Amino acid sequence: MTTEQTIIEVSDVTKAFTSPDGSPLRVLDGISFELHEGEIVALLGRSGSGKSTLLRCIAGLIAPSSGSVSYRGTVLNGANPGVAMVFQSFALLPWLTVRQNVELGLEARAVPPRERRRRAEQAIDRIGLDGFESAYPKELSGGMRQRVGFARALVVEPDALLMDEPFSALDVLTAQNLRTELLRLWAGHDFPTKAVLIVTHNIEEAVTLADRIFVLGSNPGRIRSEIQVPLAQPRDRNEARFQELVDEIYAIMTGPDQRVPSHVVGTSTSVAERTPVESPLPEVTVGGMSGLIEILAGRGGREDLPNLAHLLSFEVDDLLPLLDAAQMLGFAVVHSADIELTDEGRRFNAADIDMAKQLFASQARERAPLVRAIVGALSSSPDGTLSERFFLDLLRRGFSEEEARTQLDIAIDWGRYGELFEYDVNTAQLTLEIPLVDEDGEPRAPAAGSVAT
Amino acid sequence: MATRRTFPGRISLRRGRFTPVDVVVTFAVLALLYGALRLGKSMTVTFTPGRSRVPLPTGLSHLPYYAARSLLRMFIALFASTVFTFVYGTAAARLRRGEKILVPLLDILQSVPILGFLTFTVVFFVNLFHGSLLGLECASIFSVFTSQAWNMTFSFYHSLVSQPRELDEVARLYRLTKWQRFWKLDVPGSMIGLVWNAMMSMGGGWFFLTASEAISINGKQTYLPGIGSYIGVAINQGSISKVGIAIAAMVVIVVGVNVVFFRPLVAWAEKFRMEDSDVSEKPRSSVLDFLRRSQLPRALGHGLAPLGRALDRATRPFGLAEYPLAEDVRRRRRGDVVFWAIVVAIVGWGAWEGLSYLDHRVGFGVLWYAAGLGAITFARVAVVVAISTVIWVPIGVKIGMDPRLARYAQPVVQILASFPSNLLFPFAVIVFIAIGLPLNFGSIILMAIGAQWYILFNSIAGAIAIPNDLREMSLNMRLTRSQRWRKVILPAIFPAYVTGGVTAAGGAWNASIVAEVAVWGSHHLQATGLGAYIANAAYAGGPRGSAKVLAGVVVMSLFVVAVNRIFWRRLYHLAETRYSL
Repeated sequence: MTTEQTIIEVSDVTKAFTSPDGSPLRVLDGISFELHEGEIVALLGRSGSGKSTLLRCIAGLIAPSSGSVSYRGTVLNGANPGVAMVFQSFALLPWLTVRQNVELGLEARAVPPRERRRRAEQAIDRIGLDGFESAYPKELSGGMRQRVGFARALVVEPDALLMDEPFSALDVLTAQNLRTELLRLWAGHDFPTKAVLIVTHNIEEAVTLADRIFVLGSNPGRIRSEIQVPLAQPRDRNEARFQELVDEIYAIMTGPDQRVPSHVVGTSTSVAERTPVESPLPEVTVGGMSGLIEILAGRGGREDLPNLAHLLSFEVDDLLPLLDAAQMLGFAVVHSADIELTDEGRRFNAADIDMAKQLFASQARERAPLVRAIVGALSSSPDGTLSERFFLDLLRRGFSEEEARTQLDIAIDWGRYGELFEYDVNTAQLTLEIPLVDEDGEPRAPAAGSVAT
Repeated sequence: MATRRTFPGRISLRRGRFTPVDVVVTFAVLALLYGALRLGKSMTVTFTPGRSRVPLPTGLSHLPYYAARSLLRMFIALFASTVFTFVYGTAAARLRRGEKILVPLLDILQSVPILGFLTFTVVFFVNLFHGSLLGLECASIFSVFTSQAWNMTFSFYHSLVSQPRELDEVARLYRLTKWQRFWKLDVPGSMIGLVWNAMMSMGGGWFFLTASEAISINGKQTYLPGIGSYIGVAINQGSISKVGIAIAAMVVIVVGVNVVFFRPLVAWAEKFRMEDSDVSEKPRSSVLDFLRRSQLPRALGHGLAPLGRALDRATRPFGLAEYPLAEDVRRRRRGDVVFWAIVVAIVGWGAWEGLSYLDHRVGFGVLWYAAGLGAITFARVAVVVAISTVIWVPIGVKIGMDPRLARYAQPVVQILASFPSNLLFPFAVIVFIAIGLPLNFGSIILMAIGAQWYILFNSIAGAIAIPNDLREMSLNMRLTRSQRWRKVILPAIFPAYVTGGVTAAGGAWNASIVAEVAVWGSHHLQATGLGAYIANAAYAGGPRGSAKVLAGVVVMSLFVVAVNRIFWRRLYHLAETRYSL
């Protein structure tokens, strides 16, 4: 590729937001890549990888903290003049008809009415919206709305088309249909756009569409790996090479680069050393994780990740936090693209409700850094009670206000389930749960470290 | 593909035909324009302050004319409020520095008892339009404006700052000009809130209109032709039949404006709803349905399209709805310093001028005196809110829990709330005189006449919103009556009740200025309170009077702001965190 063909150049882009106590929180770290004419590039990452933030830097909607984004050699200082964007939420103006929505960008460019109408008609026809010109977005299905989004973007003939999870608000079949249509248009000779950049968390979608895939890591977002997809279009997802690529990417995304290493079972020393900030709690409920373990147990305790995702019709964003949680608590391990239940996991699945709670409590106290920290702090407080502010202030050293709240909420959910501590929403205080005594005199709450690994 | 559209379809053929509906609509529009022009002319007749005007003729045949004059004032004020809303709201939302000043200022303006300022605005406008009745007209319109503009502006500002991020990104990325963004995104996106607030404001506006048409300038009563003055004259004559007729006319106007103007507007604004899901019960209006059957709006739109395009072109030089990503930090800091220096200087100068004005004219002592009176009026406001709560919350809940009853009751209560309560004062005052009730207690009833409806209205709204599941649960669990109230109903309607309570309290404060002094024929009743203090000072006029009005208004504003901060804001917080459904 020669430099003349480069449309967008991202060089060493870093984005940090200021946390409430003034320290910067990095969401993007040292990202560099180029978008060339004639290619589809996918930015693949899970939530927290800053992929949408990166796309907005590229669109010139927000400024990078350092580094720069250039369009055709000129550094951006405002909305990128050479791109149009398709949004996850469609972002149509509900009070304008389909045609008026499509004409929006042309009107802004002062295209005369007659010409505007002709070009809008053309785009509407091409994208398969014929006959819906005077409908309002509210009257359309999700798939049709996103077609309007595409028509609105393509009618201004942008140099590059940016797409922010364009198919993830649609049902599986509609999404598949639209993807195919996009590829058909892309293959046609009169497609007005020279390159496509798509942000997604769906591995198969990335492998289906893209020529190159950048896998982004989380916290802060950075490029972990660049993958070429040498398959010819149209691609068959049952083809062996396709499946290999999907497995490969799964392995990367669940691999040891995560802040929750996959190979920690039994190495309790490294678990004990990690702090709540280094190893945040995955955003899952206890019920969700139990469900995953139950399904795994039902399938013999071992499953291939892409299969599991298919089976549950989950996408990466749904599945990975569950895997993280199961791994963090030592109920499962992930090897490359396979997940396997541990002995604890099997025992947890077989246990009755009280036993399961005990098992969960001891694992969480030992292996979930934030839960461990809360129990520790509460135990050393004279009355076993501390204000949530105390923990939020600690968390905000490594998280944004919002994330800190989320982390504490997850910890409270886990702590409540494991009957480790109580939370009173009125006083905003956490209180150590006093171990209750069963009828037969046995303490109900497990002692620390009672479960061997 | 394009060949399919070379011959006209059925719809475009129908477009050309002029139906009877169009004839009706055309005549209505022409009549409206003609009426407005005629009335507008009579607004500018000559008038010299000091020389007392002939009291209004109170013949029945004059009433429609007065009603039309009052209506015109209302709509001019509504128009002015809308323009103000657009300018002020946009400035507050889009200017980084402006926001820091304009939003708190709006908060203060909202808490100021507007009626108290009438004295100042009248003098100002009469001097501005010397020798013309236009000065008085403007003062009256201005007082209606001040009762409408603030909450419309707040609503608009709030919509602008809470715009969905994606739509903002669309506007910037697709390179809309500032003008295009305003009309394609900002205004439509805030339309529903704006229309609802305009409707509510209009309700409050009638109160101020009727109170401001009969104004005293330097101790002399002057009357603007209008329904409020008509009642003012009737009260001075002690004619109960004329008061009754005027009230009937007022009911017709309030209901008429609602049916012909606001219902269609609310129904039309539905198309600007952002949420994808349709609301179960859409507001409907038969007037709007009628208008939609007419070709006139479309033809008008077609005719005005070139104008729209010209405006679009003319506003292009103002630039895109965009801002540079990188900003010179040093320059920005320097700008901040200059900006705040100017603000501090203006505020400091204003405070100094105000204080020395007070000190010079009447001395600081009046502030303490006014504060004492304020405490008395505050007690009345508290009693009004408490009694209205005890009476209307149970009734409101009863109505709201019965869907059929609610459907009929809600619009009625809404009209009751927007009916200017001061028109009803004479009846109450007659009763007070007859039974010898001193106005110190009677004024509580007068204040409650207007304020109570907000509590009823919001209780109904709160009860309607109780989810069916909760109602069924409370039946299924066989909760006792008191358990039902304590565990389900009261917590569920609490957020709505707080809104009603704060509005009712605000209304009661404003009403105190007209409720603590009452006149019926030759009877003059007086209550002790801040409202009476302001009203008397305004009536007395002169430099001392104006200074006393200023002191009274400042003290009343402080009371309102303090109570809002200390009491209502906490309840709001509680409602949002604990009791939101």
